Amino acid sequence: MILQVDNPVVEVHDLTVSYDRKPVLWGIDLTIPAGSLVGVIGPNGAGKSTLIKAMMDLLPTGSGYVRIFDKPINEVRKRISYVPQRESVDWDFPASVFDVVLMGRYGNLGLFSRPRKADKDAAMEALEKVGMQSYAQRQISQLSGGQQQRVFLARALAQNADLYFMDEPFAGVDIATETAIIELLRTMRDQGKTVIVVHHDLQSAADYFDWVVLLNMRLVGSGPTEKVLTQELLEQTYGGKLTVLSKVGDLLQKQEFPSREKQR
Amino acid sequence: MNAFWIILTGSLVATCCSLLGCYLILRRMAMIGDAISHAVLPGIVIAFLLTGSRDSVPMIIGAGLLGVLTTFLIEFFHKYARVQSDAAIGVTFTWLFAIGIILISVFAGQVDLDQDCVLYGEIAYVPLDLWITEGGLSLGPRTVWTIGFVTILIIAFILFGYKELFLTAFDSGYAAAIGVSTSLWYYLLMTAVSLTTVASFESVGAILVVALLVAPPATAYLLTDNFKTMLVLSVALGIIASFAGYYLAVWMDGSIAGAIATITGVEFLLAFLFSPSRGILINRKLVQPVQH
Repeated sequence: MILQVDNPVVEVHDLTVSYDRKPVLWGIDLTIPAGSLVGVIGPNGAGKSTLIKAMMDLLPTGSGYVRIFDKPINEVRKRISYVPQRESVDWDFPASVFDVVLMGRYGNLGLFSRPRKADKDAAMEALEKVGMQSYAQRQISQLSGGQQQRVFLARALAQNADLYFMDEPFAGVDIATETAIIELLRTMRDQGKTVIVVHHDLQSAADYFDWVVLLNMRLVGSGPTEKVLTQELLEQTYGGKLTVLSKVGDLLQKQEFPSREKQR
Repeated sequence: MNAFWIILTGSLVATCCSLLGCYLILRRMAMIGDAISHAVLPGIVIAFLLTGSRDSVPMIIGAGLLGVLTTFLIEFFHKYARVQSDAAIGVTFTWLFAIGIILISVFAGQVDLDQDCVLYGEIAYVPLDLWITEGGLSLGPRTVWTIGFVTILIIAFILFGYKELFLTAFDSGYAAAIGVSTSLWYYLLMTAVSLTTVASFESVGAILVVALLVAPPATAYLLTDNFKTMLVLSVALGIIASFAGYYLAVWMDGSIAGAIATITGVEFLLAFLFSPSRGILINRKLVQPVQH
């Protein structure tokens, strides 16, 4: 089940990515519709992070191309934002929460120009959206995991982009933060923005996303959630990964999944 | 007057090194600074052999090229030969430095460079090499002009590139995603380090320049949580070390560059013990992450 859409926000054509000549993504062909909340799902090592990094041209790709808003990525970088994995940076860096969020405005500022009042207001507004305004002057090393994730999210929000890539934004955060983040992502989608999220929890995936990309080195499925999250495609995605497969079996046994189809 | 010129030279070297060192240690690349400071040597010698003069401009160009080549080689060995990055650093810079030493010893007759001077520097001779115009007017030591010019360049570089340098040091993935070229800023930073090294090598030498690149920023890191404060503090610490080091050397009748580097080590030790936020002897109130 790989559904292609017209006028996609992201179009990936025949994309292959290798590390040390060993391919980690094979011939990916997919399109993402505008205004959707997209989950990229697959087992560990499936190449989920690699896929979104390749979409943003942060990695050398072997073959294929990516077009965003029907243009090469370098022409539309100002409309794109990225929330990297929390562990990818050093949180002992001498910076305050506000310093980090203000980085979201750097892309729109030219070389040599300093952040103006409008930029600072936008950063503060983004902090309010994630409920962290009272932490603006806090040192980033003093934040909990969930707060770090909110700061990264605020930085992306400050950018006011149209397309957001998020790498495991729910990893290691508390349930309150997870709920707050998903509410925020839904609001963004309702405003017409497209959000692509790397996610590893199958159970919540059905609930969170309206478009799902199933990945295990090759593209297994891409389409509306209820059509893609089927037993057959999940087995194809997680095949060979016995523990995960049995977990899927458990879910099906308990009839918790696919809950959405049952409700209809 | 000699004391003035020596301390001024030391302070200018310390200013350049401390500023750039802040970026190096936060990028976990302090040892790349070490590598560059040594690897520029063949560049200096070749520039000297080609031009036959100890003019600063060809030397700075030669050293700048070698500095960038060094960072390029380290990246190359790490990525393509898949050697660990610290091993790549070790192989590259010792090899280039050795070539420089061989060049100096082979062309010893022609080269007005001394191995000891290259290694340990001779800041005490700074006031002797004066820049005298054709009219006979003395404009002060040549080295002060060179390092003064480099200091202005480095400060301008950091002022104009502040936000890009800050962003690429903290989160290079995000920087690349929003269209800030990480490799451009990386190589600009490395060029700046090469410039600083070559301008400093006559005064403090290839080995001690590392002390000024790493120790004041590391000390400042222990003392503050704010990046701008860290930049200013590390410059202040470097300048204090130049003053204190000079008088320590005069008092002991020893090497000035050695004394300056020793003071930077003492500063680090004091910060390690007594820093208000991170000092191990200070009964600090740990600020706990606030729970939701």
